[in-house]
Amino acid sequence: MYVGFHDRVMPHDHSDHDHPHSLLPSDPALRVKALETILTQKGLIDPAALDEIIDTYENKIGPKNGAHVVARAWSDPDFKAALLVDADPVLAELGYYGRQGEHMVVVENTETVHNMVVCTLCSCYPWPLLGIPPGWYKSDAYRSRAVREPRKVLAEFGVTLPEGQAVRVWDSTAEVRYLVLPQRPEGTEGIDEAALMALVTRDSMIGCGLVVSP
Amino acid sequence: MTPEPSFEAPWHAQLFALTVHLNEAGHFAWPDWAARFGATLKRHGLAKELNGGDDYFIVWLETLEALMTETGAAEATALSDMRAAWEAAYMRTPHGQPVTLD
Repeated sequence: MYVGFHDRVMPHDHSDHDHPHSLLPSDPALRVKALETILTQKGLIDPAALDEIIDTYENKIGPKNGAHVVARAWSDPDFKAALLVDADPVLAELGYYGRQGEHMVVVENTETVHNMVVCTLCSCYPWPLLGIPPGWYKSDAYRSRAVREPRKVLAEFGVTLPEGQAVRVWDSTAEVRYLVLPQRPEGTEGIDEAALMALVTRDSMIGCGLVVSP
Repeated sequence: MTPEPSFEAPWHAQLFALTVHLNEAGHFAWPDWAARFGATLKRHGLAKELNGGDDYFIVWLETLEALMTETGAAEATALSDMRAAWEAAYMRTPHGQPVTLD
């Protein structure tokens, strides 16, 4: 959902509605256009493929994919067992696979362990399952503090864990991306997969949130 | 789940797609990209705290420009000339009209 190129108004643009010329995009936006134009002219890229990629990440891929996996794991013990042993083939069957050839690893939260995911290098993230990471996941603050003081970071997300529950922080890489399988909330025994799916939040699959009963 | 826009600005999406497409077309391996990007982020992060929004994608762009320059896919002067050409195109195109280089 773009707001268009008018999100950044340059100083020499007019603030009224009578623009003599088009609003000038920001410097990085112009540099991206320049790069794209040159690579297209050289035949190195196909602009239509770019549109397809954007459409996929904006409309087809998102946390609902991860929620689907989590809800299935809660409902189907065999699926869950296979998922925890080797996630890639299980996810591929559902149509989720990494375009960059990365491996997916699913880590399960239990009463004794709470898992949390970070990428200290850049912002490696399970795109096929969660889409594009939120801004905070890419921030320096999260990337450095998640490892150093995970409980403090969790508290800022409103998550306070019992003393006896250890926190395990997983550092993603270009090759391995982690998805947290949150604990199934109590009182959801009679709920079907579709309803369970609606309870699962993006943050809970990064390990920065808990799934709560409806 | 609260729906959230995937990208904060159109150019973030364009840059992301450009990079993914170049990788898929075999111009570089993703782990190499991540290593370069991580190194550039680290260099910038030392100077100031990056917020994960525009700052983050500006570093991403710098990394991709450097990589394309290094591989000879896009020369630095060609990039700055093309940027200037786009800027000129925006400045001469009446508001509401499609902006083209010609």
